[in-house]
Amino acid sequence: NNENDDDHDGFQPVLFVSLCRNTLLEANVAKLGCSLPPARKTGTTICGVVYKDGVVLGADTRATEGMVVADKNCSKIHYISPNIYCCGAGTAADTEMTTQLISSNLELHSLSTNRLPRVATANRMLKQMLFRYQGYIGAALVLGGVDCNGPHLYSIYPHGSTDKLPYVTMGSGSLAAMAVFEDRFKPNMEEEEAKQLVRDAIAAGIFNDLGSGSNIDLCVITKGKVDYLRPHDEANKKGVRTGDYKYKHGTTGVLTKQVTTLQLEVMDESVQTMDTS
Amino acid sequence: MSHQIENSRGLRSQLKDSVPVAGLCPQAGPYGVQDTLRRGFSSVKNELLPSHPLELSEKNFQLNQDKLNFTTLRNIQGLHAPLKLQMEYRAARQIQRLPFLPSSNLALDTLRGTDETIGFEDILNDPAQCELMGEPHIMTEYKLGLL
Repeated sequence: NNENDDDHDGFQPVLFVSLCRNTLLEANVAKLGCSLPPARKTGTTICGVVYKDGVVLGADTRATEGMVVADKNCSKIHYISPNIYCCGAGTAADTEMTTQLISSNLELHSLSTNRLPRVATANRMLKQMLFRYQGYIGAALVLGGVDCNGPHLYSIYPHGSTDKLPYVTMGSGSLAAMAVFEDRFKPNMEEEEAKQLVRDAIAAGIFNDLGSGSNIDLCVITKGKVDYLRPHDEANKKGVRTGDYKYKHGTTGVLTKQVTTLQLEVMDESVQTMDTS
Repeated sequence: MSHQIENSRGLRSQLKDSVPVAGLCPQAGPYGVQDTLRRGFSSVKNELLPSHPLELSEKNFQLNQDKLNFTTLRNIQGLHAPLKLQMEYRAARQIQRLPFLPSSNLALDTLRGTDETIGFEDILNDPAQCELMGEPHIMTEYKLGLL
């Protein structure tokens, strides 16, 4: 029973053996006529805008699993560092793990350099990791933050390409949100104007795309301050029942009333103590 | 899945400095047949072709990165720089515990700079949770050459 001691290679053979087992399972299950459950995705609308003092990020809150809503109020704006936040679209597990991994790495890096981390560093780390896995990690991200060089906004695609722009949208509702941005974006907006614009863009995605829904979350990042507004706007409130099927008292008229008392005698009395130890 | 790599071998051959993959053949168990419980299902296709387009690139990712870095370092600073570093790596790799115990590889991690990064190999596949266990006496005897 001789174990070869490769220091870091123990990870690799096991990874791809699971893949063989999964393909075999899928083939067998398909013979029976059913299918394996689909991965939970965040069919999403996420967007970001650079305004005068910083960055506003917005996201909806619906997570879907195939054609079913898996989570009516999930949080898609992930923490990366005190001055950097990231919205994630695509496979929910991928965005969650990727942002957590990069957040940890960025924290270690910032401890090592003794400086506040920069948005470009987070962008570079994310794009290098996503390119290494050639798009198999399904994470489309909108990364925004304020560092020593001012406010920055990046969009990162699952294959590893990035864009640095003043306004970006991602997800299945990105076209609806981009339509709003293209119409009303101006450089150097005020904070309230920027928040209203992002809110309207996410609302456009929520009402025009099936994969997005529920509430609108906003995250306003300025130099030294972060406002995480969850929820900023409950666009889709669950309805309140207006009618009631119960009959009111007095609906049926009483004709006669007769009272019969039951004769009961005490036959036997016994006490059983409970075991409360 | 429109972005799948059609020919992963073709992509790899474009990287001139990449390390060639030894082979995807599984290790034979005690009876000359693959141990299904420990190593998973076997098929002829799995031994010849990669089961995932990323398998080839991920198998030697660390080695390829090292080769790239050393070549760049050689071009900038001369041959002595990668030679000295590789000597230090070799020395650090020899600091190991007994064969059946997991080693921390702290010196190697510090040299590589991976003590300040977290990757999937740190989160998943923790050696402390491994289901396989070696026989300590046999492994030590094999290492010392007494077997």
